[in-house]
Amino acid sequence: MIIAILSISLLATLFGLLLGVAAQRFKVEGDPIVDQIDALLPQTQCGQCTFPGCRPYAEAMAAGEADINQCPPGGEATILALADLLGVDPKPLNEEHGEHSDVKEVAVVIEEYCIGCTLCIQACPVDAILGAAKQMHTIIESECTGCELCVDPCPVSCIEMVPLKQRIEEWRWPYPEQPAIQTRTVTT
Amino acid sequence: MALAIPGTTGNPDTNCYDMSQSIQLHTFHGGLKLDGHKAISTSHPIKTAELPATLLLPVQQHIGQPADVIVKPGEQVFKGQKLTRASDYISAPIHAPTSGIISAVEERLVPHPSGLKALCIEIQTDGKDKWGEKVSYPDFRNTDIVTLRNHIRESGIVGLGGAAFPTSVKLNPGRSIDTLILNGAECEPYITCDDMLMREHAADIVEGMAIMQFMLSAEQCIIGIEDNKPEAIAAMRAAVKESELAAEVVAIPTIYPTGGEKQLIKILTNQEVPGDSLPADIGIVCQNVGTAKAVYDAVIHGQPLIDRVITVTGEGIAQPQNFLALIGTSMAELVAQAGGYKPGVKRLIMGGSMMGFALATDEIPIIKASNCILALTEVEQPPAQPCIRCGKCEQVCPALLLPQQLFWYAQAKDFDKIQDYHLFDCIECGCCAEVCPSHIPLVQYYRFAKTEIWNQEREKVKSDIARERHIFHEERLERLKKEKAERLAKKKAALKNRPKVGDAEAKKSEIEAALARVKAKKEKQTTTQKNIER
Ligand code: SF4
Ligand code: SF4
Ligand code: SF4
Repeated sequence: MIIAILSISLLATLFGLLLGVAAQRFKVEGDPIVDQIDALLPQTQCGQCTFPGCRPYAEAMAAGEADINQCPPGGEATILALADLLGVDPKPLNEEHGEHSDVKEVAVVIEEYCIGCTLCIQACPVDAILGAAKQMHTIIESECTGCELCVDPCPVSCIEMVPLKQRIEEWRWPYPEQPAIQTRTVTT
Repeated sequence: MALAIPGTTGNPDTNCYDMSQSIQLHTFHGGLKLDGHKAISTSHPIKTAELPATLLLPVQQHIGQPADVIVKPGEQVFKGQKLTRASDYISAPIHAPTSGIISAVEERLVPHPSGLKALCIEIQTDGKDKWGEKVSYPDFRNTDIVTLRNHIRESGIVGLGGAAFPTSVKLNPGRSIDTLILNGAECEPYITCDDMLMREHAADIVEGMAIMQFMLSAEQCIIGIEDNKPEAIAAMRAAVKESELAAEVVAIPTIYPTGGEKQLIKILTNQEVPGDSLPADIGIVCQNVGTAKAVYDAVIHGQPLIDRVITVTGEGIAQPQNFLALIGTSMAELVAQAGGYKPGVKRLIMGGSMMGFALATDEIPIIKASNCILALTEVEQPPAQPCIRCGKCEQVCPALLLPQQLFWYAQAKDFDKIQDYHLFDCIECGCCAEVCPSHIPLVQYYRFAKTEIWNQEREKVKSDIARERHIFHEERLERLKKEKAERLAKKKAALKNRPKVGDAEAKKSEIEAALARVKAKKEKQTTTQKNIER
């Protein structure tokens, strides 16, 4: 009896130690689930989800404090991907946060009005605006995510959002019309 | 499963199955027997289309990177002169199809399913058809292979079967090639341009194949032609006999899509090209017969790819036939030369009835990939019904896919799952949609899913860049904040150190001066306030 108890407790300590060592050795840096969620977000950093950027939103989702349908720029595709990753049911975009538009927009500075105040540069989360104090500013189209964060800070309202021109190489076939669901009209 | 050679599945009224045909034929999974509608456009010989007053050349006519335009409006160009420069390894230049003046370099409508505009070069032709400089290598067997390959690249040659992949890239497989296959199957209904080209220019095609055989050092040469083209088979056999090339012309059963590259390879060699690899990976290169003719023209005569044979056909065309037309000729002009439209045209298509795409207008040019202009009078597309899981689509799929599963995931926009079911192996042949009893536009779903996935991949790259830039931005702000704090701390320290130096009197006067400043400011403020109140 004693031998049995001893050997079991010995085994238990042994495995305990082993697990402890393994936990130390194979420790995962960072928070992988937050990284995985963040990787699915569009990185617009627009804050429409009510969080100050994509990563904070990802952190909130990982902590179960935010829903998966709060990102308007990502739209349905992002919601589906998040639902798949988190193993929850997809749901439609929460319209409170804004509407999804398939047409991408970019910001443009109307250059003759720009006073070179640098306020937009400070607002742009991805440093897509070039310019220095008292000099005309320009937006690098390829880097602009269309977050609109630079529009309001501009004191002379010289930043406009314009739809990005559809390039033929990036054109997508439309979603086919749904096959008709057989409906039967009941007449009495 | 090998097929008995004198085709049990072959066309019974033709005896193109030569008993000496030494190649054992095989079969691919699925496929369909379709009504060919070919005879309506083969009764006339190939007609050289009239020289149009203007030509419109889209800059991007190939798979790969766009080329850079090197001409300007107002410039005189000569026939064969290069108009663009290839910008990348997988790219191809375009050339002036005739002499004239460049009248515009701007965005115009091009043949593309999107109906969008793209950059084009417009030439006002001068009717002189005056050649510019010509480079040729008639003695190709004594020419360096790299020189030949560069010449083919600079001649703008791309696959003329429809995919328009730069030929020079395919002729640089990076490994030894056992078999060179010429694809003369032309399996898609209505299209007859390869058939007519083989009937009328067999010797040139065979010579073009000889050039490619020399470049690849391929051991075996096979020319595969569907058995519904007995005249073409006979002409090609005669041409091979005349030439030095040890090629074999093989009649293959008429089953759509034998002309698919992987399907043709399976029939002729019984080898499967794995999903994510190229025929070259298993030692095979496959070229279209039209491409072989273009190679011949470029190497022997110094003519870059500036024209092609195109079928103008369908029940909606008065005199269906084939034209040798300059690239850039307007489709409307070709239709007019084919006697115009018959009443009741419902749909205009570039390509055949299975894999082509509908066009919104005929005021667009033909491009290197245009093998057919098809005007249909009857287009029936009954409304789609739900999938009943009958499995018919699966039985005909030549790519061994499960079309109903692909449809299911495309409909649900599950782009991960759909790739697990090998969406990108789908050749968009349309067999599944053809047999579907529920008339589901299956191929449309696959095309939708493919372009959507490409888009998501592009977006992913962009969002990764944005994330990096955002992190950088935050770090920059953090750094600035820190620097500012450091500056402040330094200033504070400096201030702390200063008073020790000055004596009590100096300090007193400093305080007085400060008080005076404050007083002055207060006075000024009250006056301004008064001003406001007033
Ligand atoms: S330029 Fe304006 S809209 Fe574009 S990313 Fe920067 S802040 Fe957003
Ligand atoms: S043929 Fe049509 S109905 Fe039948 S399983 Fe395929 S998709 Fe479904
Ligand atoms: S279109 Fe694609 S899925 Fe349908 S039969 Fe052809 S290869 Fe198969």
